Amino acid sequence: MTTSRFAPGTFTPAPGRGRLGRMLATHARVETALTLRHGEQILLTLLIPLALLLGLSLLDVLPAGEFAGMERVDWITPRILALAVLSSAFTGQAIALGFDRRYGVLKRLSATALPRWLLVAGRLVAALVVVALQVLVLGGVAALLGWSPSAAGIAFGVVLLALGTLCFGALGVLLGGALKAEAVLALANIVWFVLLLAGGILMVPSALPDAYATVVALLPSGALAEGLHAALVDGAFSAGSCAVLAVWAAVAAAIATRTTKLT
Amino acid sequence: MNAAAVEITGLVKRFGSVTAVDGLDLKMPRGEILALLGPNGAGKTTTVEICEGFRTPDAGTVRVLGLDPARDGAALRPRVGVMPQGGGAYPGVRAEEMLRLVATCAADPLDPAWLLDVLGLGGTRRTPFKRLSGGQQQRLSLACALIGRPELVFLDEPTAGMDPQARRLVWELLGALRTDGVSVLLTTHLMEEAESLADDVMIVDDGAVVAQGSPSALTAEHAEDAQLRFRARPGLDTRLLAAALPEGYVVRESSPGSYRVIGHVDPQVVSTVTSWCAQQGVLAEELHVGRRDLEEVFLELTGRELRT
Repeated sequence: MTTSRFAPGTFTPAPGRGRLGRMLATHARVETALTLRHGEQILLTLLIPLALLLGLSLLDVLPAGEFAGMERVDWITPRILALAVLSSAFTGQAIALGFDRRYGVLKRLSATALPRWLLVAGRLVAALVVVALQVLVLGGVAALLGWSPSAAGIAFGVVLLALGTLCFGALGVLLGGALKAEAVLALANIVWFVLLLAGGILMVPSALPDAYATVVALLPSGALAEGLHAALVDGAFSAGSCAVLAVWAAVAAAIATRTTKLT
Repeated sequence: MNAAAVEITGLVKRFGSVTAVDGLDLKMPRGEILALLGPNGAGKTTTVEICEGFRTPDAGTVRVLGLDPARDGAALRPRVGVMPQGGGAYPGVRAEEMLRLVATCAADPLDPAWLLDVLGLGGTRRTPFKRLSGGQQQRLSLACALIGRPELVFLDEPTAGMDPQARRLVWELLGALRTDGVSVLLTTHLMEEAESLADDVMIVDDGAVVAQGSPSALTAEHAEDAQLRFRARPGLDTRLLAAALPEGYVVRESSPGSYRVIGHVDPQVVSTVTSWCAQQGVLAEELHVGRRDLEEVFLELTGRELRT
């Protein structure tokens, strides 16, 4: 054999685990970049909520009784923010995870020194970053349309958005980690559509029959939309909404740790 | 630190009613290249995945660098590099982005840019994984296995889908790994790969080891049983030829028109074969007497029929 292009000692073993903070930051950055680069994800997480925000704020399509003297944009914006969380943390997350499993990404990464908890943590940090960007864009457009949220409720709103992201993120991991990629794709889109129309995001529980309204208020979508409405319209903290989101998050995370498969 | 790179005793793994690994034993010293050779479905990948901690055995013990991969995974993973079959990367991730992500998992990684360059991926740094060719994806996957300077690497069919130049490059790289004291366990279908690279070859079939040794030892076994090969028209009656030879000789048509006489080959045997062919009115072409190569050992041991 001719002389090697590899000098002796090039591959001398020097194993060890990298720094956890750097691993988490890099993993979250890659996950975020992949979401932002993906056309369908942008459509789902940004363009559809943006279209609904513009359409429902500018066009007279909602029954006027719903917002009793309020500006339409003040009524619709908290609900669009809830939809944004549902879209990215749940539907987008589940579909991405389903296909990442199909392509062996989780297996590849879990064969490195990356701890298993960090695989989930990196995705959740990325989900929080994406939600923050969605809120900036959607909130900015809403402000141009005249949105004036309750100043007292903005901190509550941030807490609810973070909790909602963790809750829908856990549900997204639960779905995306359990089924085949195509089944995840179908189900995540169906759930998105059902929760948007019948899960308390566009239809207010108080406008629904009593028994059904109770169910909707206990759904994560209903709890997040009502909680954001209370915070950003009335400046009130909705402990009930937070409790519902926390319970869903805990249950979904507990089941997901048992059911999530690498491939 | 004196534990073997890999030590497996009595490994059993079942999937439903199928026994994928059936009492496999293996001992691989540090700093060696061991090739697991076997047909599809022989249990090679299952065995490697158990060593990597992706599957748990139904019976038997597995020790990798002295640790139990199912229990001590967190301690073991930083020391081991893995190249899974079929790669593994986000479809939209750029080649360099993926390698840098894996590099941050290691304390003292190789330089990702350098590794991409030597693997011929310097021009594809910003190319999304899904747009890389199969061979490029394989090389990126290999880079991910090596980037953390591991003590031991598991390579599942590392050169599958690579063109001959890339394959030579990978072979050279594996040679450099051995020089630097890295242990390599690879699975392969390629006899040439096992023969030219490996210190030891284990031929696996139906979940168990059917032969083991250095490539030269494996091919030298039964060396006195040289063999005679020739080509003629397909469909000759091999039983008639065997009957013409002394007792104990085996005649096979290993593929249509390709014949093989196994047994002690002396001038008398050659003469018998050619005169028998003359009686049949056929010309024996490419008549060749020689020792077996690894492929013949492999086919001998694992059978010739195509598995499904």
